[in-house]
Amino acid sequence: MANTAMIDIQDLRVAFGQGSDRVLAVDGVSLSVAEGESFGLVGESGSGKSTVLRAVSGLNDEWTGRIAVAGTDQTARRPKGFFKLCQMVFQDPYGSLHPRHTVDRILAEPIAIHGLRDADTRIDRVLRDVGLGPSFRFRYPHQLSGGQRQRVAIARALVLEPRVLLLDEPTSALDVSVQAEILNLLRRLRAEHGLTMVLVTHNLAVVANLCDRLAVMNRGRLVEEMTVDDLRHGAARQPYTLQLLRASQGYDRAAAESFRDYA
Amino acid sequence: MADDNAPLLEVANLRVSFPTRNGVTEAVRGVSFTLGREKLGIVGESGSGKSMTGRSILRLVPPPGRVTADRLAFRGEDLLTASPRRMRAIRGSGIAMVMQDPKYSLNPVMTVGHQIAEAYRVHSRAGAAEAKRRALEMLEAVRIRDPERVYDRYPHEVSGGMGQRIMIAMMLIPDPALLIADEPTSALDVTVQMQVLAILDDLCSQRGMGMVFVSHDLNLVASFCDRILIMYAGRVVESCRASELHAARHPYTRGLLDSLPRLDVPQGDLPVLTRDPAWLTDGAGGGVEG
Repeated sequence: MANTAMIDIQDLRVAFGQGSDRVLAVDGVSLSVAEGESFGLVGESGSGKSTVLRAVSGLNDEWTGRIAVAGTDQTARRPKGFFKLCQMVFQDPYGSLHPRHTVDRILAEPIAIHGLRDADTRIDRVLRDVGLGPSFRFRYPHQLSGGQRQRVAIARALVLEPRVLLLDEPTSALDVSVQAEILNLLRRLRAEHGLTMVLVTHNLAVVANLCDRLAVMNRGRLVEEMTVDDLRHGAARQPYTLQLLRASQGYDRAAAESFRDYA
Repeated sequence: MADDNAPLLEVANLRVSFPTRNGVTEAVRGVSFTLGREKLGIVGESGSGKSMTGRSILRLVPPPGRVTADRLAFRGEDLLTASPRRMRAIRGSGIAMVMQDPKYSLNPVMTVGHQIAEAYRVHSRAGAAEAKRRALEMLEAVRIRDPERVYDRYPHEVSGGMGQRIMIAMMLIPDPALLIADEPTSALDVTVQMQVLAILDDLCSQRGMGMVFVSHDLNLVASFCDRILIMYAGRVVESCRASELHAARHPYTRGLLDSLPRLDVPQGDLPVLTRDPAWLTDGAGGGVEG
């Protein structure tokens, strides 16, 4: 690769529980995301895709292996500067915004934490950036629709002008017409700010729309890495990926019959 | 009482309204359809009234909601004037309902086997042993591999996909003529979703059951159902055969279809749906009754 990797993960392992209850949620995952790339992490529930993202973001500190972001090796505890570099957007905009804080306060908090100046201009700019405009600044989350809330959550992540955006199922709680708006917004923001994105989702079509490359996970392991072009042409090598592709094409009696569990 | 020649379900001008501080909100505004032994999909976004339509058939709209209709009949029997006792008999044995999330719909302190057996005993005079035998058969019918073992499990000990199959087993054991499925597979992984749908599909064709399938997923409904109603703001804006959804004509349906990201072709920006206020008032035109 010409440019260095923005995110480099080597042999990542994350375990939950103790003794006989110990479960390896992520079992030896290695992957690398170049600067400016949009990378999809796909899998079914329990595949460990969100756990990988949470380990990268610093939300999960019980991991082993190597995580490097922007060339710096990360430890369990992250310095403040890390969060200026790397921000996350969560699935449920109904749960991820403080219900008794106005949009203004939600966006002002990260600015205050990082001791940045011009809070006023920054909030104004980021609200315009996510297509909301200044009239939304003094509203509460309950006065906003689901799509507007997700725009606020994206604005909160962008207000620090990070270089990496981690997205955990950012559109799966939204109606399809709103999903289209958020996907368009993310694509525009990525182009304008040169963002590196990691998108975790179970929806292959969303990955195809927003990403260049993807990795498929199953039961904590990385099954295969491929480009979105390969995905479009159904050029998967692993039977698990092919099954996932087939299940995403809508209901088909014969296909449903052929599905099996992959360990 | 039940009339065998009548359609399974007749709905005419169904309205559901909720009084609020700012006046009356109408969740369903004049929905009409008839259902035979077929799979009817009701599609719409959140707030379109699709779930309320499903619930009002079983008179399960929570107070202070009000349900009115020119006609709401199951096998020719009026559901709006049926006594509470009669409704309790119809719920389960005549019309059953599968909800979205097995986590909240199963009794957490009762083994799954007992719950299924109970559903059977409420609607028949069977003894405990007979009910258990039937419950085990039903678990097998929804393709649970080791029914004896699963029978004694509690809901928290089974996976989401298995929980949903258990729900389906419980709903189908009294042998209903009509199943209302409200987003029955939305909480499941895609492969499990397809397997659960295959079970519903088989049970429909083997038992001659009718089904109302409420979902937000256009592609899924188009591939699974026979006929589709598309709802917007409490009204049916279009109805068509499932196989002809791609040729839908109403701008709302078209907008929804276009806003779906696609796997097969590169797209760039997705067309965004612009809502026309006229959709709130114009008649249920656009489509041809399938």
